[in-house]
Amino acid sequence: MTERRTRSFYLLAGFFGLFVLFLYGPMISVLVLSFQGPQGGLVFPMNGFSTHWFERLWAGGGQVDISGAFKRSFGLALVVMILTVAISVLAGLAFRKQFRGATLLLYVAIASLIVPSIVVSLGIALEFRLIDDAIKAIGANAGINWIEQDFVSAVGPFTSGLGAHLTWTLPFGLLIMFAVFNRFDPAYEEAARDLGANPWQTFRHVTLPMIAPFLIGVAVFGFTLSWDELARSSQVMGADNTLPMQLAAKTTTVTDPEIYALGTATTGGSIVLVLVTFTLIGLMQRRRLRN
Amino acid sequence: MTNVTDIPTEVRQVRTSAPTNEPGLTNARTADPGHLIRKPRRRRGTRIAATMAPYLQAAPIALVFLIFFVLPLAATVIVSFWQYTQYSIEPALTVQNYGDVFYGCFDQLPGLCTTFRTYLSTLKFGIVVWATTLVIGFTVAYFLAFHVRTLKVQVICFVLCTIPFWTSIVIRMISWIPLLGRNGLVNQALMAMGVTDTPLEGLLYSDFAVILALTHLYTLFMVVPIFNSLMRIDPALIEASHDAGATGAQTLRHVILPLARPGILIGSIFVVTVVVGDFMTIGIMGGQQIASVGKVIQTQMQFLQFPLAAANAVILLATVLAGVWALLKLVDIRREL
Repeated sequence: MTERRTRSFYLLAGFFGLFVLFLYGPMISVLVLSFQGPQGGLVFPMNGFSTHWFERLWAGGGQVDISGAFKRSFGLALVVMILTVAISVLAGLAFRKQFRGATLLLYVAIASLIVPSIVVSLGIALEFRLIDDAIKAIGANAGINWIEQDFVSAVGPFTSGLGAHLTWTLPFGLLIMFAVFNRFDPAYEEAARDLGANPWQTFRHVTLPMIAPFLIGVAVFGFTLSWDELARSSQVMGADNTLPMQLAAKTTTVTDPEIYALGTATTGGSIVLVLVTFTLIGLMQRRRLRN
Repeated sequence: MTNVTDIPTEVRQVRTSAPTNEPGLTNARTADPGHLIRKPRRRRGTRIAATMAPYLQAAPIALVFLIFFVLPLAATVIVSFWQYTQYSIEPALTVQNYGDVFYGCFDQLPGLCTTFRTYLSTLKFGIVVWATTLVIGFTVAYFLAFHVRTLKVQVICFVLCTIPFWTSIVIRMISWIPLLGRNGLVNQALMAMGVTDTPLEGLLYSDFAVILALTHLYTLFMVVPIFNSLMRIDPALIEASHDAGATGAQTLRHVILPLARPGILIGSIFVVTVVVGDFMTIGIMGGQQIASVGKVIQTQMQFLQFPLAAANAVILLATVLAGVWALLKLVDIRREL
């Protein structure tokens, strides 16, 4: 294709530019405003320039106290990430063969993606309420002491919360694995088998290294989806809040730029995360090319 | 599925009887020249293991979906027929909750009851945001697919578009405050230009703000599947259309749009279902003043009216699934990846 740039190219390029501006504009304003002076407010103009709000965020005790929620969200996102990768790869392998219920399972996965999050969240909350009632009834009937004394609820970030996040990350993981295996040449695995490798060796030394870069993608996807999840978390975290929930609760009460500082800090964190990921993928691919 | 019966009997015997006996395997190979033509597809593991493997591999994901998706939905449907008091929920079989949801709705027609108004408002956001994300998303995808010439530039453009998505969803919402707020940049600019004397109030915490924020959050989910569909279009088809004398608009209407339909459908399903079930964005950007079905459910949960919330959830779910089912009939998602 060596045709000349047409007028429509410039029109569309301009439109794309506006779209990028639309995406970045609000983010940039938050970035700039997070460096407000100590007397500055939530809107422009800038009232001096300082790292005051970052310092207060770091010291804690300001309007935004997030250290507990931050740790909880980070731990949960890590667990969700690991489980998402492991379960998605297994499921991806399963879908390369035929098995009964494959179509049903696929439809359930897609349904999990498109059923409104509030409905999923409510459903899990109801399910755990019923489970709680059942456990308490068993405890009372059988006279099990610790249930009667100490048991409050099975709801928590790493039980119901974890499950709610997995219903959100796994469909994406599965769809990515479909895309990966649709483009995967089985000849490599056949060659490995012909050379005498057993299924585990074939997977470990042939399939896994080839799909590894995509798995990093699945991992990052799983982590960020969980880290940022809000709607599905809303009813299932029990007494503990995740970071996005904490932030959403703060939006109506926070009146100073500390929340912008937090926004800038978390954005910076995720940019670092993504850069590290891309570097890792690049290194892995280079190593594979060299071998 | 690997068919074990394809493999010559000798090879199979060697495999099952002496799984670690590599020389034996080699002997069997050399002894059976037919083997070279018919490759054995699997060396070890019995027929049963081969048949069971996909079930074991699919078991974890199936279990997660069973426990955290299928059973919860079942619990929702069941509890929607239960009774409740201020403190507890009790098993029953009553349609009282559904009656409560639609209380007075059919008497006062054509006037709208609260429930109908809430659903209409939610659907309105769904349709408007669908339209804005579709128009913007298709235009952007079209530009990236047909006017950006190298893969490298395409990747750079996509990374450029995804960077804002690394920010928390809540931060992306509140980042509109410095722009749209009463003393925000837009109002400052408007007043400086002399368009208005007093700042406009309706920019933030309004329908407009909700639509803007939702469009901002979800347009990329429209871009990606449409781009995917557009990239699959054979350029020869577009050339042929031009050669046959079609104008650019005619090519777009009769060649490109029909071929982009799967991507448009996938993006549409995602955006519409997310927006219709949304309550956080509508809550925050609407200043907690705009009703949505999700918000109603959340409020009823807070007041421990679980069966009522469940009935609302079932109605919302039925509404969403009916729409999606119709769309899914038209496209096979698995083939599109």
